[in-house]
Amino acid sequence: MTTTHDPYAGSRETTEGRVYTVTGGDWDQAFGGDLTGEERLVVNMGPQHPSTHGVLRLVLDLEGETVTKARVVIGYLHTGIEKNVEYRNWTQGTTFVTRMDYLSPLYNETAYCLAVEKLLGIEAPLRAQTIRVLVMEINRIASHLVGLATGGMELGALTGMTNGFRERELCLDLLEEITGLRMNHAYVRPGGVAQDLPPGAVESIREWLTVMPERLAGYHKLLTGQPIWQRRLKDVGYLDVTGCLALGVTGPVLRAAGLPWDLRRTEPYLGYQDYDFEVPTADTSDAWGRYLVRMAEMFESLTIVRQALDRLEPGPVMVEDRKIAWPAQLSLGADGMGNSLEHVRHIMGTSMEALIHHFKLVTEGFRVPAGQVYVPVESPRGELGYHVVSDGGTRPFRVHVRDPSFVNLQATAAMSEGGMIADVIAAIASIDPVMGGVDR
Amino acid sequence: MTGPGDRSGTDAGQGATAPSGGFRKGAFGVSGSGDTSGFGGLVRVEPGGAVALHSTDRPYGGWFDEVTDALIEAVGEATYAAAVSRVLVDRGEITYFVAREHLLTLVQALRDDDALRFELCSSVSGVDYEGSGGPAATPGRPRLHVVYHLTSMTYRRRIRLEVAVTVEDPHVPSVASVYPTADWHERETYDMFGVVFDGHPALTRILMPDDWDGHPQRKDYPLGGVPVEYHGATVPPPDTRRSYR
Repeated sequence: MTTTHDPYAGSRETTEGRVYTVTGGDWDQAFGGDLTGEERLVVNMGPQHPSTHGVLRLVLDLEGETVTKARVVIGYLHTGIEKNVEYRNWTQGTTFVTRMDYLSPLYNETAYCLAVEKLLGIEAPLRAQTIRVLVMEINRIASHLVGLATGGMELGALTGMTNGFRERELCLDLLEEITGLRMNHAYVRPGGVAQDLPPGAVESIREWLTVMPERLAGYHKLLTGQPIWQRRLKDVGYLDVTGCLALGVTGPVLRAAGLPWDLRRTEPYLGYQDYDFEVPTADTSDAWGRYLVRMAEMFESLTIVRQALDRLEPGPVMVEDRKIAWPAQLSLGADGMGNSLEHVRHIMGTSMEALIHHFKLVTEGFRVPAGQVYVPVESPRGELGYHVVSDGGTRPFRVHVRDPSFVNLQATAAMSEGGMIADVIAAIASIDPVMGGVDR
Repeated sequence: MTGPGDRSGTDAGQGATAPSGGFRKGAFGVSGSGDTSGFGGLVRVEPGGAVALHSTDRPYGGWFDEVTDALIEAVGEATYAAAVSRVLVDRGEITYFVAREHLLTLVQALRDDDALRFELCSSVSGVDYEGSGGPAATPGRPRLHVVYHLTSMTYRRRIRLEVAVTVEDPHVPSVASVYPTADWHERETYDMFGVVFDGHPALTRILMPDDWDGHPQRKDYPLGGVPVEYHGATVPPPDTRRSYR
């Protein structure tokens, strides 16, 4: 064993080869002559890193500042939701799936419920469908704002972050008023939604609709024209349509490559064919295009929310079939959302049949005829597909989620290899993955 | 013991008498209880389910025939007959049950043929049919299914391919060479179900830690847990809890 006496980088020979102890200082001196000009450096980035958009781990091979190889390691947020759902009844499933992609909980719930409804062969009442569209589009704006805010933070645009979270809070306030919770709502249920819009909600949404266009336009003032923002995003994370299709990438990334593929248009569900909205696209195939597409989509979501409000007709929000409809009622009391005392009085005091129904549906749940379905919806990140299998029992036999974050994240290597290390951050931010959805 | 892990035992016991699909009757899994709530009526024997050994006869209806004809033309009648053991049309979705030897030929044709053009592989996932009362209830039947959801953006169509393998020989050719997006999907299916995708560029675990034992989403994977005592009562571990079937 030989030891060289270098004050910054001592080294010694071991059976595995030469081992350096680098204490800072001159890298040339540390590796001088030993590696014959090769400057390959493997950097482990994450999973706890403020710029990796969540608990994402990147293993980057660097030559100087150029990334020669990017490997993505996931699984740090795996919670086994798909397995858990198999041990709960069909209605309880919503409370699990809503926690997957936690920035678009209502999309998870809706896609799951659409799948369960397809298996059951039922359709939610019109009002419930409209309410689903309404809350989903509010959710899309909230989700895009977080994507923008965290992406801005990762690139150093901190005002973008504070503003993004500020406007997102307005969206979450609305969702809280409607569903009772800011996130993880469990609001959409098989057969409809948990409850009707509370009094005053429509007025709140209308007021929000007057505020938001101006607020969103503020981002164009803050970021779009800003030279630093442009130069950080333009020509960064390039992925064209061919690359997107090969890697299965959908959503804003695909639309920024020029293909107007939006499931709300191409395979409409929940009556989306009757709404008047544009599918924004860009032709730059880079992070800049994705930013512009997301910005434009938020404005389109506002018009959809406006139309959904106009289309709201009085009516039930849950299917009539009492063997499926969730019997428990909620009401808003002085201390917040809770059990409806009227409903408790009804089942405990007046109707034995209602009590039986409540008991059976809440403890055992309803049965779903055997079969399998795949239901995709357009989530803020792309195609969110639910592959749900029933064996005829009261619980899902298998729920697989095709989460767009999971699939899109595969494009990281294609987007960032050959570029600068700083652009890896911009590329990942432009995919906007949510690790809760990636790892499930 | 009637825990969820025990479903297989029940089914195996009923195997001889249960109808195809093996559906349970009665509330709480019991029969003849005089249950008048009407919930027993919810048990519908649906032979069209994916868990039943059922196939649809032609014509399939809608564009299903068009796609099937185009597929037969693309791969040849003999290959199609050898590759596709049955076709199921259920709830407006078509499923081709494919023999693994011919999977790659089929997906290549599905992606490249002008009349098919399934450019996008939406999803690859696994299902373990152990104890479903369906295919797995018959001894020796392959219980691990790999399910491919393919999307044609040109024609706006979706189809499903299903490949079934046994636990003893869980090998399926990887489609990652045709659909690069299948890379992570197949890693996840390997991780969760132990299906080995031959020809995959780097088939390693993706969600579970690298040194994990077993494949968690298999139906016979133990849930673990210990009995928990609370105020004198004991809550049994998940595997042994009573459950509604």
